[in-house]
Amino acid sequence: MYAIEINRLTKDYSVGFWKKRPKKALDSLNLQVESGEVFGLLGPNGAGKTTTLKILFRLVFPTSGTAWILGQELNDTSMHQRVGYLPEHPYFYEHLTPEELLDYTGRLFGVGRGTLRTRLAQLLERVGLMEVRNVPLRRFSKGMVQRAGIAQALINDPDVIFLDEPMSGLDPIGRREVRDLILQLREEKKTVFFSTHILSDAEALCDRVAILNRGQLQGCGELRHLLSLGASTTEIILETPPEAVLAELCPLVVSTVRTGDRVRLEIRDEANIEKVMAIVFRGKVKVVSLNPVRMSLEDYFMAKVSPAKGGVASDV
Amino acid sequence: MKQVQGPMSEAQSKVRSPVSGVRSLSIRLRTPKFGLRTPDSGHRTFLVLIVASGLLSLYPLQRSIEKQLASTQSQREELIFLPSETRLARLSGGYSGLLAAIYWTRAVQYYGRHRLAHAKEFALLGNLLDLTTGLDPHLLIAYRFGSLFLAGKPPEGAGDPKRAIHLLERGIVANPEYWRLWEDLGFIYYWDMKDYAHAARAFQTGSERPGALPWMRVLAASVASQGGEFQTSRLLWTEIARSAGNDSIRHSAEIHLTALDTQEALRKLDGLLAFYKQKEGHDARSLQDLVAAGYLRGIPLDPSGEPFMVAPDGRAALGPKSRIDLGLVQ
Amino acid sequence: MGRIITIALGAFKESVRERVLYNLVIFAFLMIGAAILLGSISVGVEQLILVNLGLGAISVFGLMIAIVIGIGLVSKEIDHRTIYNILSKPVTRAEFILGKYAGLLLTLVVNTAIMTVGFYLALAIQKKGLALHDFSLLIAVYFILLQLAIVVGIAILFSCISTPILSAVFTFCIFVIGNFSNDVRAFGQESGSPFLAKMTAALYYLLPNFGDFNVINQVAHGVMIPRLLITANTCYALLYIAVLLSGAVLIFEEREF
Repeated sequence: MYAIEINRLTKDYSVGFWKKRPKKALDSLNLQVESGEVFGLLGPNGAGKTTTLKILFRLVFPTSGTAWILGQELNDTSMHQRVGYLPEHPYFYEHLTPEELLDYTGRLFGVGRGTLRTRLAQLLERVGLMEVRNVPLRRFSKGMVQRAGIAQALINDPDVIFLDEPMSGLDPIGRREVRDLILQLREEKKTVFFSTHILSDAEALCDRVAILNRGQLQGCGELRHLLSLGASTTEIILETPPEAVLAELCPLVVSTVRTGDRVRLEIRDEANIEKVMAIVFRGKVKVVSLNPVRMSLEDYFMAKVSPAKGGVASDV
Repeated sequence: MKQVQGPMSEAQSKVRSPVSGVRSLSIRLRTPKFGLRTPDSGHRTFLVLIVASGLLSLYPLQRSIEKQLASTQSQREELIFLPSETRLARLSGGYSGLLAAIYWTRAVQYYGRHRLAHAKEFALLGNLLDLTTGLDPHLLIAYRFGSLFLAGKPPEGAGDPKRAIHLLERGIVANPEYWRLWEDLGFIYYWDMKDYAHAARAFQTGSERPGALPWMRVLAASVASQGGEFQTSRLLWTEIARSAGNDSIRHSAEIHLTALDTQEALRKLDGLLAFYKQKEGHDARSLQDLVAAGYLRGIPLDPSGEPFMVAPDGRAALGPKSRIDLGLVQ
Repeated sequence: MGRIITIALGAFKESVRERVLYNLVIFAFLMIGAAILLGSISVGVEQLILVNLGLGAISVFGLMIAIVIGIGLVSKEIDHRTIYNILSKPVTRAEFILGKYAGLLLTLVVNTAIMTVGFYLALAIQKKGLALHDFSLLIAVYFILLQLAIVVGIAILFSCISTPILSAVFTFCIFVIGNFSNDVRAFGQESGSPFLAKMTAALYYLLPNFGDFNVINQVAHGVMIPRLLITANTCYALLYIAVLLSGAVLIFEEREF
């Protein structure tokens, strides 16, 4: 059983006051998320990430297609009691304090009173709001609201946690803390599904990612595999190589870039690496560095999202 | 290992999904699109049934309520109240009682101001009272005091007994079982209109209403036979003085009683003077003559403490310093 | 069920925090003033004015609160976006509506109860004591509460459809029309057009007849309110509220956010 299963999910909107122009927010999306993995949903603004989450949480209804969480239909209330959600721009009742918010939310989830009390304290500690637990939320900064949001997403000790842009509004310390939190949740064998457009976070945290653009799935899979899909190259940087050596190396490399004293060469074919090294040693040229160049997630992303720009861009 | 720096945008990306601006749903009442509902449609049918059956049941229920309400309001008011008044009452809805009380207060203040200024006329009084009772036909005090204010001669009142009678008749239509309105009606017929036949009839009808005090019947009888007689009038005023719920009314009644008694005393004195003339053959020049002749023990004093005297026309009269106002009883 | 109670208590707490209950202070001053001053400006109607004023104020204040908070309940949540959070919890949309309604009703009941106590205090001061029959005035208060319960239902229904300001306007309009529904029907009958007569009659029966609940004047004069009327009005109110809330749930369940 998948933790999350999305099957040909489609959402059409009619835009416009008089003339209805249809707009596809989601186009036959298929996704499966295994239990216990950290899954990232990536995409530019307007791709449909938030729409997907809204459908999962019954804020919006799909035009066609189905989805299941923990094997249950979306309107199964008992399933939702085991799921946590942090929306994109969380808005909470401003007149409540974080303690009251967590208490209110916990009760909606049906958490028992004793458990609720202990867990409430733990969560407040965990997100660093213990000192301000009696301050009304209207006086909180955006970052603090975000922390409260994370806390309320966890108040029911969910098995699956959905986070929509969890890092937004946080300073670097906060972001590091959220990263650690997600990793910790993975340790606890929870499934984490988060959407973001900050690729470094996804790269650091996700087991698998999916890339969404204009409502369509552009790519999905384990990060390792995705990033090894692009041609992998090796770079070698030489210091003041003689022209003769460079001429010899020319047929074996795909690019040559000079910067001052240094020359950077890119070797595509693995087999050529040995030949290059042999030539370099024979010429007694100084080697500054020898590195494999992996495609970055950004490259992959840009490739998927804007194919007009051409293949993998490698800009050093 | 090269570190990748992704696009570090902290920009709040507002996903401009058309429906997140829910205001677009507001003004036009378009039929909502039925989203993909799963086996919950059972409960939706149930809700639709509630709405339908509920709306249908409103009709019989409303009819029942109308019947019940009618029993708490007297319906015959439409006969005698002006359309403008009932409209005003309806416009004020459940607050008509409050408006009536406000208008009553205005009527009282109006009357008081004019009275203090010794006004000769009270032009607006009738209208204010009509409005008050139109708003609240059961405001008994407006009929009772209102009719007194209207009937009394200036500066005590508007001097319009006909209007006072009309006001009381409205009150009786709206409150047919309240006997005191008949009492007030009878009083005005008796005292201000000197219409003893109508007065007797009013007292009689009033005496038959629940709660009427026994003297009403007595009064009916006396008025019928001896309208205008001193004893009858005295009985009337005594009862008013006794049952007045208000100091000014009681005071007024007492003044009238005093005037009545004074008038009766004058009448008796006239009788003595006539007797004296008959016996002695000439008019008495003053009351002292009567005392000297033994008809009086001393010069009688009127209730204000001043001695009576003999006027030039040979009849008994009030002394010059007397404070009694005989105009009240004429 | 527990969730409905949670939401209800939450809505009640929010009303208190929003300082709604401060209207009670104004009411208190009004009552005290009336109790002290009335005797000196009018004749014979002190108690009548106090009763009419007191019950009228309870009705008006309650109405204002009902409309203002009732609109805020759903419209404000949508405006402030807090609704995303609560609807994404394991709460059905029906539970949300019912919970909010219950919470507001609780606020109104508490508010009215406090005002009623204040009113009786003023009455006791004026009359120098209370008699048993004075408590028959409570029927008028009960009817006022029934009215308010219907108004809140209307407010919630409209706030599922429309913006806060429009909802307030519509609710108030329906309240006014509902008070004059008798006249509307009479107008239709007198107009001579059978179509108009039928239309106005339909309006009369479909729209809530708030006039049914206006017994302030009657109780002020001590007229007995028949028990059957109490039952009938209660049924009417319950029925209408059921219709309103069902409609609200039906609409709300279709709404996307």
